[in-house]
Amino acid sequence: MSPASKPGAANTILSTDHLSREVDSRAIIHEITVEVRRGEVLAVVGPSGSGKSSFLRLLNRLDEPTSGTVFLEGTDYRQIVPRELRRRVGMVMQRPFLFPGTAVDNLRYGPCQRGQTLSDADAEALLTRVGLTGYGSRDVTNLSGGEAQRISLARSLANSPQVLLMDEPTSALDESSKLGVESLILEVIGNSKLTCVIVTHDTAQAARLADRAMILDSGRLVRLGSVNEILHA
Amino acid sequence: MLKHLFSNQLQLGLAQAAAAALLACIVILIARRRQIHLESETVIALVRGLVQIMAVGSILVVLLRGPRWTGGLLLLAMIIAAGATSAKRARGIPGSFKVSTYSIACGAGTVIAVMTWLGVIDTPITALIPVGSMLIANAMNTNGLALNRFRSDVLAHRGEIETALALGADPRQSVYPYAQSSFEASLIPAIDSLRSLGIVWIPGLMAGMLLSGARPVYAAIYQFVVLAMIFAASGLTSLVSTLLIRTHAFTPAEQLALRPGIQK
Repeated sequence: MSPASKPGAANTILSTDHLSREVDSRAIIHEITVEVRRGEVLAVVGPSGSGKSSFLRLLNRLDEPTSGTVFLEGTDYRQIVPRELRRRVGMVMQRPFLFPGTAVDNLRYGPCQRGQTLSDADAEALLTRVGLTGYGSRDVTNLSGGEAQRISLARSLANSPQVLLMDEPTSALDESSKLGVESLILEVIGNSKLTCVIVTHDTAQAARLADRAMILDSGRLVRLGSVNEILHA
Repeated sequence: MLKHLFSNQLQLGLAQAAAAALLACIVILIARRRQIHLESETVIALVRGLVQIMAVGSILVVLLRGPRWTGGLLLLAMIIAAGATSAKRARGIPGSFKVSTYSIACGAGTVIAVMTWLGVIDTPITALIPVGSMLIANAMNTNGLALNRFRSDVLAHRGEIETALALGADPRQSVYPYAQSSFEASLIPAIDSLRSLGIVWIPGLMAGMLLSGARPVYAAIYQFVVLAMIFAASGLTSLVSTLLIRTHAFTPAEQLALRPGIQK
């Protein structure tokens, strides 16, 4: 086996190998080895400060592992140019952080980084997919929290990622927006069979969205299995 | 009043320095009441500034009589010292000393070289060093302002920057708006100096030229020349530093190097 590649199971798209990160000599993530299967939704749950978001940030290399690594389709992600890696492993943040301009400007941001232009028709199709038909020319400063998070999701999808990471995408929303975005995520992921790793502190939400779940505590993987096994045990 | 108390010029100078420093300390005490703690930084800067200028003044007396090439060496030493001072405003950004020194050398160095070649700055050390040091000092201040603003903006917009990175953006592109605003903000003092020249303040150089017998119109024009050179040197320095710092704010794996825990 070449050090830059790992065979793994045929249906594994993303895997971590003893992934660890230390900050100021303190282990934030400790030796996590997990495989994410193609088309599945894996929920990362755990108490506050357990390292859920830190783990997610290691998956698209927004942070650097202290030891261990991540394989994307069997290739060590250190062999992939970071920009290309992040296009293939998209991320929706806890807060939408929309860029100044219109909704369509935001959708075009990712493709534009690669010198591509998202057509009006493709942009409108994405907006329809997230339930915001006709919102293209709207200034993002006039959007509600729920609408902004939908644009954020559409913006990530515009990059056609192979894996989508979501960091508590509904935690900054009110209850009604939260349910709307959650059902949208279910619909979008279900229709496209997109592989997804979602961080949530809400175990009920994890049960509604995910196929499998992993529980983190103090940066360590405590349990991993189907949602029924893990969350209803 | 002090002139009546001290007949010796050195004693008078030290008393005047103490009076000015006392006022600075009063400001720091007022700031302290508003929970702004600048005590140690200011006291160290005041003492350091006084010791440095006295030491350099003594050395200058010797060097100003030396050969012309010593002028170049002095300016180079000033650029390195200026780089080290303003780099502290970008703490947490790797390579900030290199960026600062290179930027000040590009900005102030280019203006000094071109203007000396054109004959605007005279080549004798007695003319080159005072004007050159003015350009370097102002370039240093502008560089410090630019880096400080960039650092604050990047820390305040970490979410936006990492969102852009997560969408596959070029790191330099992700901090572009903050580099732009840092450049603009850093030039405010230089622009305001030019705007208010002769109205709000009449700089020392012109007063000195008048005292040494220069024609008032020429003294006024030369003062404008100096301020325009300061603007050019500061602008070029800030342009280079905000261009270079964009790359240094990231690790080779294109991760944001600046973390909120790293304090100024």
